[in-house]
Amino acid sequence: MKYIPATAAERERMLAAAGVRSMEDLFRDIPEEARLTRPLDLPPALADPDLLAHVRELADRNTDCDRLACFLGAGAYDHFVPSTVAHLALRPEFLTAYTPYQAEIMQGELQAIYEYQSMMCELTGMDVANASMYDGASATGEAACMAVDLTKRSEVLISTAVHPEYRQVLRTYTGHLPITVRELPARGLTSVEAARAAITDATAALIVQSPNFFGAIEQGEALAQAAHDKGALFVVAIAEPISLGILRPPGEYGADIVIGEGQSLGNALNFGGPYLGVIATREQYVRRMPGRLVGRTVDTAGRPGYVLTLQTREQHIRRAKATSNICTNESLNALIAAVYLATLGRHGVAHVAESCARKAHYARERITGLRGYELAFDAPTFNEFTVRCPMPPAEINRRLLTHGILGGLELGRFYPEYDDCWLLCVTEQRSRKEIDRLVDHLEALR
Amino acid sequence: MSTPTAPTPLTRQRPVPVIFERGAPGRIGYSLPASDVPEVPLDSVIPAAHRRAHPAALPEVSELDVVRHYTILSHRNFSIDEGFYPLGSCTMKYNPKINEDVARQAGFARLHPYAPEDLVQGALEMVWELERAMAEITGMDRVTFQPAAGAHGELTSLLMIGRYYAEKRERRSTVIVPDSAHGTNPASAAFAGYRVVEVKSDHRGNMDLDALKAVLNQDVAALMFTNPNTLGLFEEHILEVARAVHNVGAQLYLDGANFNAILGITRPGDQGFDIMHLNLHKTFATPHGGGGPGAGAVAVRSHLTPFLPVPTVERDGQRFTFDYERPKTIGKMRAFYGNFGNLVRGYAYVRSMGASGLREASEMAVLNANYLLARLREHFDVAYDRVCKHEFVLSGRRQRDRNHVTTRDMAKRVLDYGFHAPTIYFPLIVEEAIMIEPTETESLQTLDAFVDALVAVAREAETDPELVRTAPHDTPVTRLDEVTAARKPDLRWRPERSGVPSRA
Repeated sequence: MKYIPATAAERERMLAAAGVRSMEDLFRDIPEEARLTRPLDLPPALADPDLLAHVRELADRNTDCDRLACFLGAGAYDHFVPSTVAHLALRPEFLTAYTPYQAEIMQGELQAIYEYQSMMCELTGMDVANASMYDGASATGEAACMAVDLTKRSEVLISTAVHPEYRQVLRTYTGHLPITVRELPARGLTSVEAARAAITDATAALIVQSPNFFGAIEQGEALAQAAHDKGALFVVAIAEPISLGILRPPGEYGADIVIGEGQSLGNALNFGGPYLGVIATREQYVRRMPGRLVGRTVDTAGRPGYVLTLQTREQHIRRAKATSNICTNESLNALIAAVYLATLGRHGVAHVAESCARKAHYARERITGLRGYELAFDAPTFNEFTVRCPMPPAEINRRLLTHGILGGLELGRFYPEYDDCWLLCVTEQRSRKEIDRLVDHLEALR
Repeated sequence: MSTPTAPTPLTRQRPVPVIFERGAPGRIGYSLPASDVPEVPLDSVIPAAHRRAHPAALPEVSELDVVRHYTILSHRNFSIDEGFYPLGSCTMKYNPKINEDVARQAGFARLHPYAPEDLVQGALEMVWELERAMAEITGMDRVTFQPAAGAHGELTSLLMIGRYYAEKRERRSTVIVPDSAHGTNPASAAFAGYRVVEVKSDHRGNMDLDALKAVLNQDVAALMFTNPNTLGLFEEHILEVARAVHNVGAQLYLDGANFNAILGITRPGDQGFDIMHLNLHKTFATPHGGGGPGAGAVAVRSHLTPFLPVPTVERDGQRFTFDYERPKTIGKMRAFYGNFGNLVRGYAYVRSMGASGLREASEMAVLNANYLLARLREHFDVAYDRVCKHEFVLSGRRQRDRNHVTTRDMAKRVLDYGFHAPTIYFPLIVEEAIMIEPTETESLQTLDAFVDALVAVAREAETDPELVRTAPHDTPVTRLDEVTAARKPDLRWRPERSGVPSRA
């Protein structure tokens, strides 16, 4: 076994040095009744070439987005990833390192994460971002607990235009706690009047997503005002951070906590994970924030250096009183996001965002120009939009797939009341030719 | 000062400007096509009121700037690929290269999570097969891979236990953890809404059975137990512990962080555990990525399967499907299905090791630890001197009392010898703890070189304590001012500020 270097002769020497006669002697502390007396029932070991052949056979039974024109988003986005990501972020020096507990030999990781935190602050317009959370959905759950903790209030109000799986995770995260989650029904856009009416003195936070799950850009400023008027915090979820290349950052319109899914920033689709949970907040709330933070300081020679800081919030110090139980996070995905954002830079991120918006706008205009298709909600959108269809979206998707097109999300899956609606996503990866092909097929379907 | 390794090149000790300081206004490092759809005024695409006034102040750098920056940073990072990483409790074993190739192929990496099931049959089959393998390895009935990490698995498990008792209409509000537990155990229990009660360890490093029995009652939902425990010792009374926990109707939970000691040797299901988590990023060799992503897995006995998070992966003849119709589920712990990319790596690892390879891995992990313990025994105090499993805990008490050199000092000095330091000051029940886990992938030469380094450091603690107290000396930076970092947090680069922070 190539991963285990000890030779037979070395094993004998080591057993002797350890003062035992045999390998069995090392396991005598395990009660006999609990010992496994047969080999594990697993498939036979595969040599490397056979392993590659086997997994290729499995991979070949999948149809990945390289082989399709992907118009599916809904929380996972197909963006171009520059070659720098694989060649730099996935360098073994980063890939095979542990959490940077020994700061003196982990300055590379620590500085990269400090820079990542800085980039997330620039994108979101917030004061401070942490080193990462698991994903956008679990970050939503953590943000709700943080808001309850900060306000000493017990209720969280969340718009139904927030990603359905984020809302489901929020319920799982809080269902057993003295926290009430109330949903604020949204028809395409979260209503400011309805939010005003729903927020009470017990509301810790109003949580919205923008652009929301239907693709619409929320009225951030007015919603923030509604929350703040009643002393509640305003929490904004960003499922598609590329949007912040062109849209106003939530920090500018009054967000107290920004959470998000950073997959879009250079991370592969990966069938749903690993992704990148984002959380950012205002300076005054930093000590109630979950997760790791990297800070800049100096060493004994006065040179700048980086450390994990404010660790008294965390489980390994505070144990049962920690702000969260999170330990391992998604550092590598944060590093990927940093390399992506550095490569695209100030102009590239704006370029990608504008390209997404223009292409989605073009697709939206063309599709809603077809007989029977109409825009489901009247609101500005970024790279996703919802259309009402003249036939069941599942049927449309099935027929498009035969032409190599991965269609949009069938909204009925999460919203039975919108079972004639179809959520389409157009990123910068889609060419005009592909959009036109999609439109032509839709036209031919009737 | 003298060190046996080549001194760090001076370039590694030169501060690296932050990426924002590189580059110049207008410089770019990307190549993207212009939009190919008909040009319309931007205001008609997105109204100005929703647009940002200025682009985000991200770096303006060339591709080569980016390449140099992250390459230089990577040289200031210590990884398994560079050297020995004996971090106790972290199982820093070699991460096979072939598993990276496997996981990065488009057929896995470029799958959309909402793609129709017909398009992802290979992925679902892989997950289904991995679940079968993990159930066999743990002796449990079902496994979910939804948790993103170990602590996430702990929370998932405790929520399932809560739902189990709610279903039985029993109110139980206490979770017991040993005093040697990982910090995540009490933190997860608190997050799950439980009161946490700690139980002490006995003189042999086992959980104190009488102390356990004294706190077990009908209010206890679970005992969170690590076995082998964080002292690296197998709990000799595990069967009695299981009986006592089950006698009050509570659940026995295994923190599987230390699973690398027992693969194919003993199974938690056969020890009496009801539910457990595994860390694929420890035992199953997926890379740790500088702090994540990990992949947790939660394995359960059949009485807890109704509560697993949705979806589960089921087989229906030749077809694999997601099952969301599970009325007693706790719900979802994250969006989508789990850290799939790491599941692919874990699957590849299990398939290359096979049953005998996994058992051999545990045997050698344990032999390597016992060999190190035997060679280090006379140079340090030993917390509990008996045959250990995959790791063991020394104490720097002797050096602290005789030479005023702390465990932290010695750990920092180890860095100068070209090794990562062991885990220190954990578990909390051992004074000046030094926790060492070699894993099975290290050679005898590496183990011997590490022993030589630790012995040299112990000697230096006597002969030149100041050298150890001021270590490290040959690293990219020396000890960092953590107090100022926490008092005046500098958590982000600000464009208006430049240069080095003052020490004031």
